[in-house]
Amino acid sequence: MKILVPVKRVIDYNVKPRVKADGSGVDLANVKMSMNPFCEIAVEEAIRLKEAGKAEEIIAVSVGPAKAQETLRTALAMGADRAILVETEDAVEPLAVAKILKAIADEEQPGLVMLGKQAIDDDSNQTGQMLAALMGRPQGTFASEVAIEGDSVSVTREVDGGLETVKLTLPAIVTTDLRLNEPRYASLPNIMKAKKKELAVKTPADYGVDTTPRITTIHVAEPPVRKAGEIVADVDALVAKLKALGVT
Amino acid sequence: MANLVLAETAGDAIADATLATVTAAAQLGGDVHVLVAGSAAAADAAAKIAGVSKVLHAGDAAYANGLAENVAPLIAGLMDGYDAVLAPATTTGKNVLPRVAAMLDVMQLSDIIAVDGPKAFKRPIYAGNAIATVESSDPKLVITVRTTAFEKAAAEGGSASVDAVSGAGDAGISQFVKLDAVKSDRPELTSAGIIVSGGRALKDGPTFEQYITPLADKLGAAIGASRAAVDAGYVPNDYQVGQTGKIVAPELYVAVGISGAIQHLAGMKDSKVIVAINKDPDAPIFQVADIGLVADLFTAVPELTSKL
Repeated sequence: MKILVPVKRVIDYNVKPRVKADGSGVDLANVKMSMNPFCEIAVEEAIRLKEAGKAEEIIAVSVGPAKAQETLRTALAMGADRAILVETEDAVEPLAVAKILKAIADEEQPGLVMLGKQAIDDDSNQTGQMLAALMGRPQGTFASEVAIEGDSVSVTREVDGGLETVKLTLPAIVTTDLRLNEPRYASLPNIMKAKKKELAVKTPADYGVDTTPRITTIHVAEPPVRKAGEIVADVDALVAKLKALGVT
Repeated sequence: MANLVLAETAGDAIADATLATVTAAAQLGGDVHVLVAGSAAAADAAAKIAGVSKVLHAGDAAYANGLAENVAPLIAGLMDGYDAVLAPATTTGKNVLPRVAAMLDVMQLSDIIAVDGPKAFKRPIYAGNAIATVESSDPKLVITVRTTAFEKAAAEGGSASVDAVSGAGDAGISQFVKLDAVKSDRPELTSAGIIVSGGRALKDGPTFEQYITPLADKLGAAIGASRAAVDAGYVPNDYQVGQTGKIVAPELYVAVGISGAIQHLAGMKDSKVIVAINKDPDAPIFQVADIGLVADLFTAVPELTSKL
């Protein structure tokens, strides 16, 4: 079967984002961008399934600006077979991304779509679930373990009270949690080889999807700043402070 | 018109997360109805929540385990009568509601921390490093609520009617297999008044237990952890506080051996008082801590435990 892996280009997770002074958004000019960490985990899992003989082909997809090609090349260097960039300079909401992915899935007929659980920029945690709804297929969200068993997939999910296991009929949509795996680094030879792999460039219009936002951002502000605290000299001083707060 | 809240239940009881979500729903204006997909006892408990005027009880076994494939169509089918559906931003709410949103062809508003107008909300983005005010243009609202940002509605005092509802039942594409629940006598992390959290510096599981547990016992606190401590296997993953774990806002948060990466701060920087114990005076945690102690935790924590 084929595995479709959507990946997103986001601000690098180590960068502390700066809010623009005019409140229009976060300043992304000259900021290091990378593949969303949860997407890396999704790519890694797809490659492991291919290495285990459970999948034949991995198609990486990204919806975003021309520079998202770099993100797709990273996925190809890790081990994806080919890539599709749906190019748009607009910020695309999860619902529109899900509709584009649905159109691609209709063409490619993947047995599994593997996404990250959330992007670390908008922190939405929606796209995988929305895609599953649009495709009418089951979803295994926040996966920490994925096992393909014949025509179904067993997914262990990280839920609030512990770990939940569900069994889903394929084709299915899985979203990855942090502990699913440790993504590999792309080696230099593989980075070179990835440059020769197929990367198709499309537009949302090719899939008949309207990307007009449903949600308008009115203002973006810095979070309230905590006032500076105090460094105490020793444990006794700490105990005194805590007792003053009413902690006993 | 009215707003529907998808209840989070804990067996026959209603989870605190639901109470905070009811408050958010009330702020939208109009009647608040609660949907309970679970036991009849849980539906009766929901009927007692102050401010709730009606409880919808879906007793079909297909809904009992909260499978999104079954619950989402049930909710989507009820939405003709509602302006908005809200759920707590727990793993259950996050799993089900985007599926509902796509079925209704609307965008979801994730993890709101304030209601700013009939269709305007505040929500954190970039791991809480920015707060966006957003407005929806969709005809119906689908919202998940950050429960630490809203007061809990009173669990008693209401007297709502309970109506049975049904939907298509089992979609037949997914099955619940099992839940490996983490057993704990401690307060639940997201609703605890005091949290003691440990990081990578605790070295291993037994050391974590040896230093963190007595302090937490002394304070009657829940235990949390940084991602590093979870990844290293000191504690189970549901202890994790942060952008990818739980978001907490207790009265007192004690961070022990935690450097304070932005992903961790995203989960706890709304705590009322933050205490940090770390031997590195330059650790970022000290920039948000109200009270900091620069010391080796292996001597400071036992001393603190004995002196409290």
